[in-house]
Amino acid sequence: MLRASLALARRALSTTLRRPQFLAPLVIFPSLFLAINTGGLHRSTNLPGFPHVHGFLDFQLAAAMVQSLMIGGVGAGIATALEIEGGFFDRLVASPIPRVAIPLGRIMAGSVIAAMQVVYFLIIGLVFGAHIAAGVPGVLMVLLIGVVAGTGFCALGVMLALRARNASTVQGIFPLVFVALFISSAFFPRRLLSHPADWAAAYNPLSYVADGIRDPIISPITATTAIEGLAAALLIAALGIGLSVAALRGRLREA
Amino acid sequence: MRQSIRVVRALTRRALNEILRVPGAAIPGVLAPTIFFIGLSGAFGRAASLPGFHADDFRTFIIPVSILQGAGFTGAATGVNLARDIEHGWFDRLLVCPAPRVTLLAGIVASAAIRALIPATFVLTVALCVGVHWPGIDGLIITFILAMGLATVMAFWSAIIALKFRTQQAAPLMQVANFILVLFTSAYAPLALLSGWLRHIAEVNPVTQVLEGARQGFVGSVTWHQTWQALLAIAGLQVVLGLFAVRSMRRYGV
Repeated sequence: MLRASLALARRALSTTLRRPQFLAPLVIFPSLFLAINTGGLHRSTNLPGFPHVHGFLDFQLAAAMVQSLMIGGVGAGIATALEIEGGFFDRLVASPIPRVAIPLGRIMAGSVIAAMQVVYFLIIGLVFGAHIAAGVPGVLMVLLIGVVAGTGFCALGVMLALRARNASTVQGIFPLVFVALFISSAFFPRRLLSHPADWAAAYNPLSYVADGIRDPIISPITATTAIEGLAAALLIAALGIGLSVAALRGRLREA
Repeated sequence: MRQSIRVVRALTRRALNEILRVPGAAIPGVLAPTIFFIGLSGAFGRAASLPGFHADDFRTFIIPVSILQGAGFTGAATGVNLARDIEHGWFDRLLVCPAPRVTLLAGIVASAAIRALIPATFVLTVALCVGVHWPGIDGLIITFILAMGLATVMAFWSAIIALKFRTQQAAPLMQVANFILVLFTSAYAPLALLSGWLRHIAEVNPVTQVLEGARQGFVGSVTWHQTWQALLAIAGLQVVLGLFAVRSMRRYGV
């Protein structure tokens, strides 16, 4: 199963990297928002109750990463849906490989792309003056939480594609990325969010993922925040993989 | 001239029919600015308490941004529809009809201006329901005129892209211009509170004048000084992009 998954992951990765129209949204929109949020609201760090940060860019980096990773999940879903529409998925089902390898291959490719996304935003941040307060261990923590969460978003995208079976429906999920982010502490500290966003943010796992990624950037690693961030990312990944495998089984039963 | 007006009206009616026949296609243009309005207000609402912020409520400050964003999305969607018509061969059939190409372009752009009223009305209704200040009749009329103007600007831009690439896959290029033009302005905060690099961009971005013109009724009172600057900015953008769009239209398939 591992060999088949790896081969499919390699294929998914190379087709994604060959198509800039799939990669561009992962980078362009979050980078634009990062620039606008940072440039427009940099004075927000003066608000009473705002955590001590080197600059608003440091604070916003985690938001850009989570946003990019979620868009990556939508992208993985669209790619899977296009394979279903184009008939490639059916050919894979008919081939002598473990069927679980089909979603797993796409999800593994998503993990690699997630790592590239996190590294991209770390580089962007450092180039434009951000600091990683927790140093190299902090970078590794950001990478770990980012990749696990990115894997989860990718798995959720694959699950949606297997259920919807068409790319335009998966594309329609795109605005929900922003809804989920706006009701989390990704963009602003939880205690400074307006009501009811502050209430929703307390129950939104994205808040913990964003805080877990942000913590090593703005301060030395805090054990509680890191554990919560990693646990939330693992929860999303486990849920995503479980649901995508269940969706595959459901689809195969119907076929 | 009368024939040209008839063609423009027919093309506009065709675009508006699409809203009735495929209502789902209009949903993203309405939904996206509404989500941004509610989301940004919830996330960054406290920013309005910063010293120098000349609005007592962030929702009131941000609502013109969402209206213009919705108008821009609508304009860009017109280009996506044009690209679809090119892909399906309908546009080629349109070109062989005895109507000047400028007239065809005018029909496409006019439909964008009218369609822009849908997201603008929806977002404004939501905003008023959650407590945004009433901008006054004069403020409202100016905001809607500017929204329609921006929709035509984005329609010109997206038509240029559609005629160049001839595929719907160029849609992100059409949409990203809307993001850049509308958000690299005093969208999130007054000019004085923006960081240096963004303030410089916002000062030279003509959409800043358009945004301030649309915002005036919400955060203060309508003045002729602010209004003519906004109208001049939108007219300038229409002329520049309109000329390029006409050029692209004339060169298409030649």
